[in-house]
Amino acid sequence: MAEKDVRLMKGNEAIAYAAIRCGADGYFGYPITPQSEVLETLALLKPWETTGMVVLQAESEVASINMIYGGAGAGKRVFTSSSSPGIALMQEGIAYMAGAEIPGVFVNVQRGGPGLGTIQPSQSDYFQATRGGGNGDYYVITLAPNSVQEMADFMDLAFELAFKYRNPAMILSDGVIGQMMEKVVLPEQKPRRTAEQIIKECPWATTGRTKDRQPNIMTSLELKPEVMESRNLHLQEKYQTIRDNEVRYETQQMDDADCMIVAFGSAARIAEKAIELAREEGIKVGLFRPITLWPFPEKQIKEMAQGKKGVLVAEINAGQMVEDVKLAINGAVPVEHFGRLGGIVPDPEEIVNALKTKIINR
Amino acid sequence: MAKMKGAIVVNTDRCKGCQLCIVACPQKVIALAQKKVNVHGYPYVEPAMAELCTGCTSCAIVCPDGCITVYRKKVEE
Amino acid sequence: MNNEIISQENLVYKKPSLMNDTPMHYCPGCSHGVVHKLVAEIIEEMGMEEQTIGVCPVGCAVFAYRYLDIDWQEAAHGRAPAVATAVKRLWPERLVFTYQGDGDLACIGTAETIHALNRGENITIIFINNAIYGMTGGQMAPTTLIGQKTATCPYGRTPELHGFPLKITEIAAQLEGTCFVTRQSVESVASIRKTKKAIRKAFEASMQGKGSSLVEVVSTCNSGWKLSPVKANEWMKENMFKFYEKGDLKDTTGL
Repeated sequence: MAEKDVRLMKGNEAIAYAAIRCGADGYFGYPITPQSEVLETLALLKPWETTGMVVLQAESEVASINMIYGGAGAGKRVFTSSSSPGIALMQEGIAYMAGAEIPGVFVNVQRGGPGLGTIQPSQSDYFQATRGGGNGDYYVITLAPNSVQEMADFMDLAFELAFKYRNPAMILSDGVIGQMMEKVVLPEQKPRRTAEQIIKECPWATTGRTKDRQPNIMTSLELKPEVMESRNLHLQEKYQTIRDNEVRYETQQMDDADCMIVAFGSAARIAEKAIELAREEGIKVGLFRPITLWPFPEKQIKEMAQGKKGVLVAEINAGQMVEDVKLAINGAVPVEHFGRLGGIVPDPEEIVNALKTKIINR
Repeated sequence: MAKMKGAIVVNTDRCKGCQLCIVACPQKVIALAQKKVNVHGYPYVEPAMAELCTGCTSCAIVCPDGCITVYRKKVEE
Repeated sequence: MNNEIISQENLVYKKPSLMNDTPMHYCPGCSHGVVHKLVAEIIEEMGMEEQTIGVCPVGCAVFAYRYLDIDWQEAAHGRAPAVATAVKRLWPERLVFTYQGDGDLACIGTAETIHALNRGENITIIFINNAIYGMTGGQMAPTTLIGQKTATCPYGRTPELHGFPLKITEIAAQLEGTCFVTRQSVESVASIRKTKKAIRKAFEASMQGKGSSLVEVVSTCNSGWKLSPVKANEWMKENMFKFYEKGDLKDTTGL
């Protein structure tokens, strides 16, 4: 049995290593703090010499996302990465991919905003990710890693889900996870798919029209209203299928809990410590960690919240996921928000205090 | 003495009556069909002076819609 | 007599079969139709029907994918060179080209155009320059001439209000990544033949890995210019050719 490949590295680096390992065909990206290590690591590793993966520094985030559109539209596993203001630039391309049903993958290593903001971490792109920052009725499959290991694991998962549903998929990370160093077990090298495999697995892709089929057209345009409506209804059905099948989440210490913290990404790591501290003080609190932010685990949160004193949503923003939690719980129990802004990462003690003031001692 | 004789066939449903072929034709073969429109409502052209056609293909080359098919044959006088 | 001439063995010219029978939405006399026809003929003559991927723009040619039976990707406005960059790098044995208008290529897409050309991507960019935004109803374009009237410069373009027309093809010829940069037109049989040779050369160069090509086709928009197709060709010859001079600006293909 092959020895496990265990390394110590940053979250951003793990994205690069894992992408090569999972047989990615290409990366097209632009530097922006705090995620430039993705491109830098790929450039250092030179996968074009080993697996044949294309790595290109594009001229902008706008160009990057359109390169993803082109590559994924041709059936290839391609991805880009950026941070908040860069992802804002990509919204047009993301909406186009959703409309044309193109399986592009992208990574957002969030920083504080709005606008140019700060290079410090935040989770303030939850709305941008789950409410669709581009135009039209669409959703992006959104995975929220909370560790360097999950950064590595979610690379393959993002591609799998994107291609399974022909929908854009994203990894919503943040500057904490992107920059922190942890132990990671890297996946084994999967070979890149051959041209024949791609043509077989992706009969819809623009791989060159052979006589045995009609031309494949990647487009999000449809001017006939009835046809456009049925295309949109098809997308909505697809989204429902994804909701029914792809929700992922994790709970910790909920068995005996009488109150609950909901947190994702790095905030969930901090919340884990907060729960430890709270329990030392006798507070029976547990953690609900959504892993897919879209599809959101609304059924499971609603169930877990039953009969609890209250729910504290700890997220590093002014209150975004808390809205989805409130919708899910629908008034059954109190839901409160705690967060810091400006790129400030809260301490576990702050979360414990918020739990006490907003939930326990209401 | 031999000479080239041509004939054109116009896909009148595809023709939009832009008249670029009329300008391009060196023999003045083509004209707009009088008081006629096709199924799309466009006036269309026809080889009004077909006997003058030499099959040079100028009309077909300039036609933006690829409406014209050209035939040519060497004919003994 | 006619029936004797009209027979299969006497056929000398017909629409290329790669260009299907779908009626095209372009206005009567639009240059798009002629260039579409040339692209179809060239792909057929090169035997590349099954190996070609086209990238179409936002503009009147947004529906180019309806008319040529190859695989197509519809790009966002101006982004076709970025889309084509990825397709060609990932499928290097395919023939990849973009087909764009002047607003798409020289306004919103200026960065993507310059950078794809400068990187020397092995693609051909076909640039239809009719100095106007046709699809959206005739607004000013970056290539609109001084004095030319459009929907958004109804009194004529002036440098003070609107700046100068952009000669992006001249800029492209300076870029090291380009191997072939040329400006042609399609209003006469002679010019159509030259344009066909130019596009063919560009396609061949891209398949031989010689770098990027830009083929500008100075064109008409008779609807936007509010002229008949015949008059539009005349206006183009009198006004556009003076400013947008035809010919090869760069050719290092050796082809």
